[in-house]
Amino acid sequence: MGAQGQHLTVNGTEITLSVDGDTPLLSVLRDRMDLKGSRIGCTEGYCGACTVLVEGKPVQSCNTPVWSVAGKAVTTIEAADRHPVLGEVQKVFVALQAAQCGYCTNGIMMTLAGLLSQSPRPDRAHILAHLDERHLCRCGVHARVLKAIDQLLAHSEGGLA
Amino acid sequence: MSECPANLKANPLLSRWFRLDERPLMGVRSGKVELGQGATTALAMIAATELGLELDQIDILAADTAHGPDEGYTAGSFSVEHGGSAMRWAAAQLRELAAQAAATVLGTTADQLVVEAGQFRRLGHNEGVTYWQLRDRINLGVSVLDLPAPVLRGGTIDDGHTRRPDLVGKLSGAGFIQDMTWPDLLHGRVLRPDHPQDRLLSCDDAAAKALAGVVAVVRDGHFAGVVAQSDEIALAAIALLRRSAQWQRQAELPLDDGLNGWMDQASPLSTCFLDEAQPDKDLPIRHAARYSRPFIAHASIGPACAVAQWHDGQLQVWSHSQGIYPLRRQLARTFGLEAEHVQVTHAHGAGCYGHNGADDVALDAALLARAVKAPVMCLWTRADELSWSPFGAAMRMELSAGLDESGQIVAWNHAVWSPTHLARPGFGDGVNLLAAGDLAQPHARPPLADAPRPQGGGDRNAVPLYDVGARKITHHLLPQGPLRSSALRALGAHGNVFAIESFMDELAALAGRDPLEFRLAHLSEPRGRAVVEAVAKAAQWNQDDPGGEGHGRGLGFARYKNLGAYCAVVVEVEVAETVRLVKVTAAVDAGEVIHRDGLMNQIEGGIIQAASWTLKEAAGWTQDGFKTRSWADYPILTFSEIPAIEIELVAPEGAASLGGGECAAGPVAAAIGNAIAHALGVRVRDMPLTPERITQAIHA
Repeated sequence: MGAQGQHLTVNGTEITLSVDGDTPLLSVLRDRMDLKGSRIGCTEGYCGACTVLVEGKPVQSCNTPVWSVAGKAVTTIEAADRHPVLGEVQKVFVALQAAQCGYCTNGIMMTLAGLLSQSPRPDRAHILAHLDERHLCRCGVHARVLKAIDQLLAHSEGGLA
Repeated sequence: MSECPANLKANPLLSRWFRLDERPLMGVRSGKVELGQGATTALAMIAATELGLELDQIDILAADTAHGPDEGYTAGSFSVEHGGSAMRWAAAQLRELAAQAAATVLGTTADQLVVEAGQFRRLGHNEGVTYWQLRDRINLGVSVLDLPAPVLRGGTIDDGHTRRPDLVGKLSGAGFIQDMTWPDLLHGRVLRPDHPQDRLLSCDDAAAKALAGVVAVVRDGHFAGVVAQSDEIALAAIALLRRSAQWQRQAELPLDDGLNGWMDQASPLSTCFLDEAQPDKDLPIRHAARYSRPFIAHASIGPACAVAQWHDGQLQVWSHSQGIYPLRRQLARTFGLEAEHVQVTHAHGAGCYGHNGADDVALDAALLARAVKAPVMCLWTRADELSWSPFGAAMRMELSAGLDESGQIVAWNHAVWSPTHLARPGFGDGVNLLAAGDLAQPHARPPLADAPRPQGGGDRNAVPLYDVGARKITHHLLPQGPLRSSALRALGAHGNVFAIESFMDELAALAGRDPLEFRLAHLSEPRGRAVVEAVAKAAQWNQDDPGGEGHGRGLGFARYKNLGAYCAVVVEVEVAETVRLVKVTAAVDAGEVIHRDGLMNQIEGGIIQAASWTLKEAAGWTQDGFKTRSWADYPILTFSEIPAIEIELVAPEGAASLGGGECAAGPVAAAIGNAIAHALGVRVRDMPLTPERITQAIHA
């Protein structure tokens, strides 16, 4: 597939890029749009450091070709100030210092923002199963992430988002 | 502290540590680097404490060989202990210089002044003068060696809730070396084999060169790489090179039996460094056992990355290395340059737990950048990260001991076999950067060596802290094994403490004694006793808990390197088809704590990482080469496998800071092993403690 116009909406802004449709969404975000908050991890869909939201659902952007998100809304960590649930997740992570190197963290926060925005809201077990399948952390910050999840679940119990 | 700390003595100019030209911020530059462990926050807190500044008045500057101090490697849990004491002294010295200048301006004497939030004022007065207003009156070019020793304020500004400044940016956008960008930045990738003993003989450069967007194909001896307009093009070009690559195998690998059988064929360099006269009487209880751990991968979440640029024969490099000065010297040696003609600036990488691929990729980037007139970012692939980064070394430990009639240990033997745990660039005569050996004019690796005692490498923590009578401790340093090995968090302490603490439980059982009571009966070191007693209390250790039926608890203890922090751990497990960690309780004595939450985070992370190593991890190989090419080949602990964690910090009044980032590794490994033995009545002595190995032990 040759270079052609790809239309997508990233963090609320509609854009058209002249790029090969098979280009990974992660490359488009990082290299064409200078949105570096989605990380280069494994580029094969295991570690989740590159996770973004597509139409509100967590998606690993490293192995998602840009053609597949044409016309769809993509949200990255850079939109945390405009996305109430993501903003809340980020606030709790910073408050609990639920990171060490922070390389995997944005992907985890994107996934949590996606899951916690769903209705009905998934329970803790469902969230952990999702994290087990799609996210890795090497510094061992899991215990703090679990604490953040519990706090976010308690918040949303009270009517967050 | 009454004497100028060594790291400051070696870098005595205050201008190496501080900058005052960025009003309203104090620029602080340590030689210790941020590895994701929060070290720069703790160092900035120490500087703020001594300078009389708020933490947000400090700009933590990147460590840099052109401007900052040379503090060697950020390793061994020494950042606060060594880097912090140097920073404290330097900051106190600057505060005293500034106070004298302030006294002149305010028409008083320095002893009449207080400093708060960067402003000096007389007691009872509101007006004052700030560091920045005093800038022209403070000579940062002065050497601390020419000044009287400063009065240290001591302590910390921490209120228990200090947040790391670097995380704010990282958790909202860019922040890592991989995120660096310039308009003319080019992208580089290198071609590495799938087998540790393969060397590149030839590949079809023309095909790669013909690809649109490829700027250069770089070949130098057995080294090959490409520079391209974008990373995708660089990857495509490497794929073309790989398709045509001819490799030469220099040696076949021994069989991987998962139990370090290859060590039987290796000739060690043996040192018996502690050999006390053994009792010559018959002892009623004698016991011997053998333990092992495999090679373990760093498995960083971010692939190794560096940026390099050449100007007029001088090299500039951005790197997430643990040692920017040693890297500078190694790069200079590789290229035949004066060290002054190489500048290395630190940039944050993903979590680093030792000597990973950061230094190697810096040479890769420099080799690629030499072919073009622009900066080049070189990135490793996931496969290269998991196979070409050095591994934590495999280990075999053989222990034997004798107990007297009263059930006390009176003789203790510990022998450890392991390839090196320290092949960092800059140790020994040679170049320890991966590509250096591949060049047309190759550089030899330094001769075989390991980290020297008392810290030790393979023999780190091989000497028990217990009172065990006559000790004989032997280190068998093996030549490079099937996989390249170097420093991984805790080095040999993970294996040695696993062995010692497992063996203590075995001896206690033979003597019919409780593991806690047995340890305390052999432990006179007061701070050691204190953490063991604290963890026993916190975990409600019950001597009468019989364990069994899949439920067990185990204890592990060590003082890291016998020089650093003390750590005792109790682990509770449920064992059915798998081992479930229920709870980990730890007591740690790291002396004076600078940043409490930062230390807690490091201990928590150390516990989880060590649990992952101990239960799951092994880097193996096949006859075709590396077995760890993807995360699918190298599972690590996941979110639902995380235990409840409770940590208690204990320390005697006035105790100096001790590095705490690595102290949990050995005790956690041992406590897990002991808990499984308590739950099942059988012991697994070979890590990782997988369900398959547990089943084998049950049926043995």
